[in-house]
Amino acid sequence: MAQEYRVLLEYADKINPASAADYINVGGYKGLEKARGMERKALIEEVKKSGLRGRGGAGFNAGMKWSFVPQDAPVKYVVCNLDEGEPGTYKDRIICQKNAQALLEGMAICGAAIGSSQGYIYCRGEYPFVVDLLRRAIESAKAEGALGDFDIEVRMGAGAYVCGEETALIESIEGHRGEPRFKPPFPGVEGLWGVPTVVNNVETFACLPYILTRGAEWFAGIGAPKYPGTKIVTLTGDVVNTTWFEVPTDMTLREVIFELGGGVKNGKKFKAVQVGGTSGAFIPEANLDCPIDFDSMGNIGAALGSGAVLVLDETRDIVDVVTRISKFFEHESCGKCNPCREGTFRCREIMERINNGNGSEKDIENLQVLSKVMQKAALCGLGQAAPIPIDSTIKHFKHEYLRKLVVTSGKGGH
Amino acid sequence: MANYVDIIELYRGKKGGIIEAFHALQNEFNYIPEEALGLAAKTFGISEAEAYGVATFYSYLSVKPRGKYIIRMCESAPCHIAGADRVVKAIEDYLGINVGETTADGKFTFELCECIGQCQATPVVTINSEPVFNVSPEQIPEILSACK
Ligand SMILES: Cc1cc2nc3c(=O)[nH]c(=O)nc-3n(C[C@H](O)[C@H](O)[C@H](O)COP(=O)(O)O)c2cc1C
Ligand code: SF4
Ligand code: FES
Repeated sequence: MAQEYRVLLEYADKINPASAADYINVGGYKGLEKARGMERKALIEEVKKSGLRGRGGAGFNAGMKWSFVPQDAPVKYVVCNLDEGEPGTYKDRIICQKNAQALLEGMAICGAAIGSSQGYIYCRGEYPFVVDLLRRAIESAKAEGALGDFDIEVRMGAGAYVCGEETALIESIEGHRGEPRFKPPFPGVEGLWGVPTVVNNVETFACLPYILTRGAEWFAGIGAPKYPGTKIVTLTGDVVNTTWFEVPTDMTLREVIFELGGGVKNGKKFKAVQVGGTSGAFIPEANLDCPIDFDSMGNIGAALGSGAVLVLDETRDIVDVVTRISKFFEHESCGKCNPCREGTFRCREIMERINNGNGSEKDIENLQVLSKVMQKAALCGLGQAAPIPIDSTIKHFKHEYLRKLVVTSGKGGH
Repeated sequence: MANYVDIIELYRGKKGGIIEAFHALQNEFNYIPEEALGLAAKTFGISEAEAYGVATFYSYLSVKPRGKYIIRMCESAPCHIAGADRVVKAIEDYLGINVGETTADGKFTFELCECIGQCQATPVVTINSEPVFNVSPEQIPEILSACK
């Protein structure tokens, strides 16, 4: 029987997440103490060695990212990405509500590694109660003297999915429209207000205290060797247990859905699962024995992304769900680049036509061409990923599309 | 009611603080009044056009007056399959307005939104940012009549 492995969420509901004293009682802030006693280089080496990779979707090695920050820059920033806009995802909220101090400690550890004394948390506008909680948690940590000279400010977003993209997020903290920047330069070299900035996800930061206290080898030994550690997944849709779980990264999708998740609701059969949020691929039953780690998911043409797991039962209309998703991307496209601004509009238009029973085979072909263009030519990950739900369902569930086409040649319509 | 001049003044000198100031204005007025937008632009040293560009970029910010209660229905995929469409219809019927409109008495504004990160209990509606979980169309009259 597959089991949870709780590290970040071991003390969920047992400690007050705002209280630094509670956290210190269960071993908190020891990792920061250790980090501060290390040479910066050695600290970055330790994080590299743990194999910790970004939990925000791109899976980049955290220590490696930090090593790109110029050592001698006078001012640098640590930025936490708490935008969590990927539909179906609520794990960063859970980390804050259960263990906010670990996030603060992780940011301070990053500060020690890159030589920064100022952190920002960019929290989505949909979570005003998390903003309050974090502000209280920071107060409490300061009152305990736990953060030393590292300061953290919380800034609130205002409802724009694209602001989860790291350079759009930086633009937003600067008080601008949240439009992604061209890269390079990467934020590590030229980020917030033009200075070197590390942007990491909440979950990435929250792993750090445990890596420091228990050691890089310990972390590297959990789950999948190339994407070690635990991952918090959030289950939604037609699954019995719509809740969060912290699991080792080598757990399979089948275990997540059928053992922890309790299987499909109301005794129905499984049809598909979309992993990683609304920008993820739809995965058919045949691929459920795939482990959830970053590389294994990549091998089946999917992505772990944020760790959202949306389960669809046998009665669900895939084309209708994907049509809804195409509206999401049209709405959230920032409009800065043409392949995405125009592409998300056309995707939605064609998907609606097919969904309404007015589509043709030519429409499906056009979607596939458009998808290639967007994946290659869009400026940021939003436009690049927007066609993936369409692409993956045409690949695995083409019969559902064909069923909806106008009957012209006798091919569709059954 | 607090004065918009005082609210904006609180954020003067805060780097990138215009969005924080907009949030504070909305907490007070439920939207960003035109004079306040103009003053915010001046305070943060940008043109009014640029400030307008910022305010209209974000779906949480509004430059049009809105009701006392802002009702938002999540339409993202998990809420969609849980029956968001039917809840939208129930809200429109109960309030007698369409999405994007405000009731004549200025009490309710109804908007659609994307995932608010509460998808363990779909479909989800928010009332002035407070989430209401597992909403069914039948519950809508009860939920909305509790807004006084
Ligand atoms: C459209 C878009 C939305 C994103 N949203 C988020 C988000 O909500 N949270 C997040 O941590 N990363 C998000 N990312 C990824 C970030 O750009 C960035 O890679 C990440 O914050 C880096 O942190 P990590 O290395 O710890 O994962 C998004 C990327 C794109 C293109
Ligand atoms: S891909 Fe889309 S969201 Fe990203 S910069 Fe281009 S238009 Fe904006
Ligand atoms: S999909 Fe509606 S709250 Fe997440």
